[in-house]
Amino acid sequence: MMSWIDFFRGKRKEESSASAAKERLQIVLAHERIGRTREDFLPKLQQELVAVVARYVAIDPGKVNVNLDRGGDMSTLAIEIELPAPAAMRMAAGAR
Amino acid sequence: MAQVVVVTSGKGGVGKTTSSAAFATGLAQRGKKTVVIDFDVGLRNLDLIMGVERRVVFDIVNVISGEARLNQALIRDKRVDTLSILPASQTRDKDALTKEGVARIIEELAKDFDYILCDSPAGIEKGALLALYFADQAVVVTNPEVSSVRDSDRILGVLQSRSKRAEEKKDPVKEHLLVTRFDPVRVERGEMLKLEDIQEILSIPLLGVIPESESVLKASNTGTPVIMDAESQAGQAYADAVARFLGEEKPHRFIEAEKKGLFKRLFGGRAA
Repeated sequence: MMSWIDFFRGKRKEESSASAAKERLQIVLAHERIGRTREDFLPKLQQELVAVVARYVAIDPGKVNVNLDRGGDMSTLAIEIELPAPAAMRMAAGAR
Repeated sequence: MAQVVVVTSGKGGVGKTTSSAAFATGLAQRGKKTVVIDFDVGLRNLDLIMGVERRVVFDIVNVISGEARLNQALIRDKRVDTLSILPASQTRDKDALTKEGVARIIEELAKDFDYILCDSPAGIEKGALLALYFADQAVVVTNPEVSSVRDSDRILGVLQSRSKRAEEKKDPVKEHLLVTRFDPVRVERGEMLKLEDIQEILSIPLLGVIPESESVLKASNTGTPVIMDAESQAGQAYADAVARFLGEEKPHRFIEAEKKGLFKRLFGGRAA
């Protein structure tokens, strides 16, 4: 309910939060609907990526960070793998 | 020592998730390292209310099943840096949660956080029971409405009999009453249960009263916990409740009907 003075002020705030709600729902639901028809591949993708990297570098699996940003047109997936310092890498290589 | 706090109610739709988001954000804003866990496996919503839905990669079930590490599943809030969110799974069902799995997660979180908030699903089944099992304190969210008060009483009974503290015969879970969607005008008209009535029936200490407010819907629309809207009455009422939770004395606000003068009647809209 707007008071009449809001009408003259041209207040349209409520509308903008509702349109934000719609946009957020459209994005999240589009992704969830895809997810319903096929299995979530992220855990496996991450495991395989870590396995590939581990073939070349001794990494700590605990220092792998997966960041996702789902968008309407495009999503970004950032996988951050912390590589050990050169000294530690040499030691790991020597141990092999 | 980390405190585990469950936000629960029995009944659905009374404002558990809104309150969990606001409370967690409020504790974090005060510098407490806080994590809020969504226990509503299959119907997650805390991510939306917190505005992090686009960033969910892993969830609590992935952690329990060993598919992801806890720190990978935690989402760091971009607005308050002492706040993290652990989302529920959207695709699995409640049986994916196990007591042992949740125990491991809480134990690990307790090393890094001051407060572990558990946003309970509605009902008194597995998800709700696990959300409250490890609690040291409980925030019981109640609307001034008959079925909500009855369900709160029911959940208080469960807290007193089926929580870990109850099972191990330790000090009982500390209970707090949080009345939400309170409308002082309707109370004055005799259409809504009075605060004193709710307190008399449930007889647990009153932590806060959150007035019915348009700002709550606006907050969920935009994914901003309502406590961040410092202008709104609901936001201020949550901030007061958090302060009381941390031991401060704060008088209750927004519990009396505002006397509207002629000017306000003509020019004022509804409470923000």
